[in-house]
Amino acid sequence: MENLEQLVQDGLSAVESADSLQALDQIRVEYLGKKGVITQQAKTLGKLSPEERPAAGQKINEAKGQVEQAINARRTDLEKAAIEAKLASESIDVTLPGRGQDLGGLHPVTRTLQRIEEIFSRAGYSVEQGPEIEDDYHNFEALNIPGHHPARAMHDTFYFNPGTLLRTHTSPVQIRTMEAGKPPFRMICPGRVYRCDSDMTHTPMFHQVEGLLVEKNVSFADLKSTVEEFLRVFFERDLEVRFRPSYFPFTEPSAEVDIEWGREADGSIKWLEVMGCGMVHPKVFEYCGIDAEEYRGFAFGLGVERLAMLRYGVNDLRMFFENDLRFLRQFR
Amino acid sequence: MKFSEQWLREWVNPNIGSQELMDQITMAGLEVDGFEPVAGEFSGVVVGEVQSVEPHPDADKLRVCQVSDGEQTVQVVCGAPNVRPGLKVPFAVVGAVLPGNFKIKKAKLRGQPSEGMLCSESELALSENHDGLMELPEDAPVGQEMADYLKLNDITIDVDLTPNRSDCLSIKGIAREVGVLNSLVVTEPVIEPVEAVHSEVPDIRVEAPAGCPRYLGRVLRNVNLKAETPLWMQEKLRRSGIRSIDAAVDVTNYVMLELGQPMHAFDRDEISGGIIVRMAKPAEKLVLLDGQEVELTEDTLVIADHEKPIAIAGVMGGEHSGVSEKTRDLVLESAYFEPITLAGKARHYGLHTDASHRFERGVDYKLARDAMERATELLMNIVGGEPGEIVEVASDEHLPADRTIDLREQRLADVLGMAIDRTTVEEILTRLGLHIDKLLKDGWRVSVPSFRPDITIEEDLIEEVGRIFGYNNLPVTEPTGSLGLVAREEAKRPVSAIRNYFVAEGYQEAVTYSFVDPKVQKLVDPERDGIALANPISADLSVMRTTLWSGLLKTVAYNQNRQQPRIRLFETGLRFEQDGERIDQQPMLAGVVVGGQYPENWANGRRTADFFDVKGELEGLFRLLGIEVQFVASQHPALHPGQTAELMRDGEHVGWLGTLHPQVQKNLELNGTILMFELFLNSIVTGYVPNFKEISKFPEVRRDLAIIIGSDVAFADVERVARKHAGERLTALRAFDVYEGESLGEGNRSLALSLFWQHPERTLNEDEVHSLFNGVIDALKEELGATLRS
Repeated sequence: MENLEQLVQDGLSAVESADSLQALDQIRVEYLGKKGVITQQAKTLGKLSPEERPAAGQKINEAKGQVEQAINARRTDLEKAAIEAKLASESIDVTLPGRGQDLGGLHPVTRTLQRIEEIFSRAGYSVEQGPEIEDDYHNFEALNIPGHHPARAMHDTFYFNPGTLLRTHTSPVQIRTMEAGKPPFRMICPGRVYRCDSDMTHTPMFHQVEGLLVEKNVSFADLKSTVEEFLRVFFERDLEVRFRPSYFPFTEPSAEVDIEWGREADGSIKWLEVMGCGMVHPKVFEYCGIDAEEYRGFAFGLGVERLAMLRYGVNDLRMFFENDLRFLRQFR
Repeated sequence: MKFSEQWLREWVNPNIGSQELMDQITMAGLEVDGFEPVAGEFSGVVVGEVQSVEPHPDADKLRVCQVSDGEQTVQVVCGAPNVRPGLKVPFAVVGAVLPGNFKIKKAKLRGQPSEGMLCSESELALSENHDGLMELPEDAPVGQEMADYLKLNDITIDVDLTPNRSDCLSIKGIAREVGVLNSLVVTEPVIEPVEAVHSEVPDIRVEAPAGCPRYLGRVLRNVNLKAETPLWMQEKLRRSGIRSIDAAVDVTNYVMLELGQPMHAFDRDEISGGIIVRMAKPAEKLVLLDGQEVELTEDTLVIADHEKPIAIAGVMGGEHSGVSEKTRDLVLESAYFEPITLAGKARHYGLHTDASHRFERGVDYKLARDAMERATELLMNIVGGEPGEIVEVASDEHLPADRTIDLREQRLADVLGMAIDRTTVEEILTRLGLHIDKLLKDGWRVSVPSFRPDITIEEDLIEEVGRIFGYNNLPVTEPTGSLGLVAREEAKRPVSAIRNYFVAEGYQEAVTYSFVDPKVQKLVDPERDGIALANPISADLSVMRTTLWSGLLKTVAYNQNRQQPRIRLFETGLRFEQDGERIDQQPMLAGVVVGGQYPENWANGRRTADFFDVKGELEGLFRLLGIEVQFVASQHPALHPGQTAELMRDGEHVGWLGTLHPQVQKNLELNGTILMFELFLNSIVTGYVPNFKEISKFPEVRRDLAIIIGSDVAFADVERVARKHAGERLTALRAFDVYEGESLGEGNRSLALSLFWQHPERTLNEDEVHSLFNGVIDALKEELGATLRS
């Protein structure tokens, strides 16, 4: 039986030095296989007396178990090492840039428009569109700006012929919406508008958003809250807003809206004009076949580029239409 | 409208500072555009008197003067041509500091000592005038500080008036507003009728009473127009932005600024016969005061004599009948010209005058007589003369009717969102010059004064009350109203989804002008004429785009000139086309791609974007929208003849995809292969609402084949034939290889296809798949001349 102990010792040291799964398997066959040296020991049991046999058999089984355990442990180690080696060989430089398409971006005017549309749609305003080549009636006449009106001089109009022009504001969409439907109305109309003017602070094309709310019972106080809330939501700031009496032929009363934009040297608020608004003029309702005694409405209009410039700190209006990629890419 | 604060304060003087005053009128709707001091900042300048003038021994143009500053007499060397003994001038003594921090020190000019400086207007920053020394009146007190003497502690306020507020184009009007805002009484000058001293009256005939409902004339004889306008009046004019010309012009301007009535003075001797107010006759000509000769149009109201026109009514007088130093007898005009008649007339002749500005907006139709009396009095104080009676020709029928408007208390509260106290309303209206004729059960009957032509309806009164009460004192309330749900078509995708798709595909959105360069337009869309603007801003922005490509290609050029090799742009917007009488305005979606398909980096390679890259992106878009679009080989004048696809949906043309024609590209000076597409948005945005189909539990069968076929046979035809014969259980057909090479022979290519079949209810058996597959092969051979590749 010393022989058995020796065999176990040999087996264990062979397992210890096995450096691959194949070598380990060979050792298993050599010691524990059908013809393995430890398995063969069982044959010696026949030479022993029946009383001795159980104890000797148990010893052989223990020896087998010992070697088998060592082999399993060694196998686990070797397998782990193999996986580790494989993983090590597969490592990559994760800091290299990824493959594929770059991201484009929306134009800052669109970005601003979408933001405005989203703010108002959530309050139940529909988004309406209208033609950009307009007739004189919808752009002026129905907005209470007759042919001789001095307010026409405030609109440097592009004409195709005396009755056809590029809309100077998005207000005609108000008229078209009211003509086509029945009150109440709650709509905004974003879009391109055109004025025959081009210098540092004017481009011949720009964007406006016109808003209109017509209900049976709406007041200037409601207009104030709508405009104030919009400006605070848009700029994400609790800024001061003031309403300054002004004049638009299609609203009465009319106001211009200033927002707080920094401070003067003496600490007083620096005001910046951002919007125009007012209560829909009864004449406009009349043109659209709406009874001004039954319904009242408010309207407001804002310049999209102006808001985009303030929001994103753009300092030159003309950049919006140069479409320089180095400019556009800053807004994605 | 520019005016002097001091002048305003002579009428109404609230106890507030300049800034507060300006804020106040801004917040009342008279927006202050800016202000500036009426003189530069200076010190040490006094009224000086030139005692004697001697020639300078060593300089022809310089004179050596003895000047008194009231306390002592010093020597000053002066180069001004108008220096003379006895002249009173602004004198900057040694130690004075002139505008621009210019310090006056003792000096020697060409060897002669000089202690101080005699000043021109420009040196005190009073005006641009540096023709000579500023001449002060003889009664100017020698030694008095100039700043005190001229009351220079004043600012010029510039108010940007909205066109409805013609009543504020005068000191009187602004004073009225300030009075209301501060609850102060306004002090007006007392205007008394000037008594006639002779019986000569102008002969006035108004033939166009609709355009001129009121015309007043008066003869002023034996005037001395050499008399200088007093400094106080010159200063008021100057501080209101008007240059002093002569006494007659200055006084009419003064009255216009003070009361708001534009006036005119004619030289009586140049009026032949009498005055006729009429419409111009065809081809009549008139040389205006500014020297330009105009040919009058028949819709122009003119002042004429018995021979010729002598002024464009309410715009500008003629040169010939204008007053000069030699004029002895004047005819003064004060009239009400009707705004619509005058609208646009000044502009038609390239003019814009203080008079036309006022008449177009509406002058107080009852002001003419007061203005005439005021002007007569002021003028006589300067030039003397003998006044005659005023002749007034008026047509009540054509004068604006006096208006009364009812203001309902409830309506006022409804519109403003707040009930305002009755006495407050009444005080506001009254101070504004409106008259409360009658208290009604539910409000007020108000008569509107002649100086407020803008107030015509109840809302105008509501605005007046709201404005003076202060918009910012009104409450802020949330609108209430119906909150119905809005219909939304599920199959229709919003344009924002399309934009986001292109952004994700690496496109940058552009917004280009809707009017474009006709030359570019002609190149990219030679078959259609862009609608031309009558008054474009410039030649390269003069026609409306018929395609968005014109703007996008210009943007490509702009960016290529700025070292941007890789450009991917899209735009949405209208394109414009004349369609008979109608103008068709269609929303489009267009894109251009040039340069690498992917951003250049270690893994992407440097492959240039080609047709199939962009086609793949459009196919992706169509899947997003849920629509089927066919790409049909076609021709477009701006596109490469072999790389152009017309996009069709259910037989309808929906757009184009192609490579820019190399010749067009060269003409536009663009680099690289430029891929472009344009689609009619309305034709592609509506897809379908998903409709579930049972998923087959049975296996899918795949068969591959490779054929050799003529290169001129379109894949679309191969697909059509194959699908026709593959039976209804075909689930997919894909081309997985396309190869052209010498081994296939000239004009041939090899196409490898895989076909997939699946039955929803059972497993397809080998025989039926085999027979379908063979059917496809046979059809490709017979119908398209394909051979199987071995």
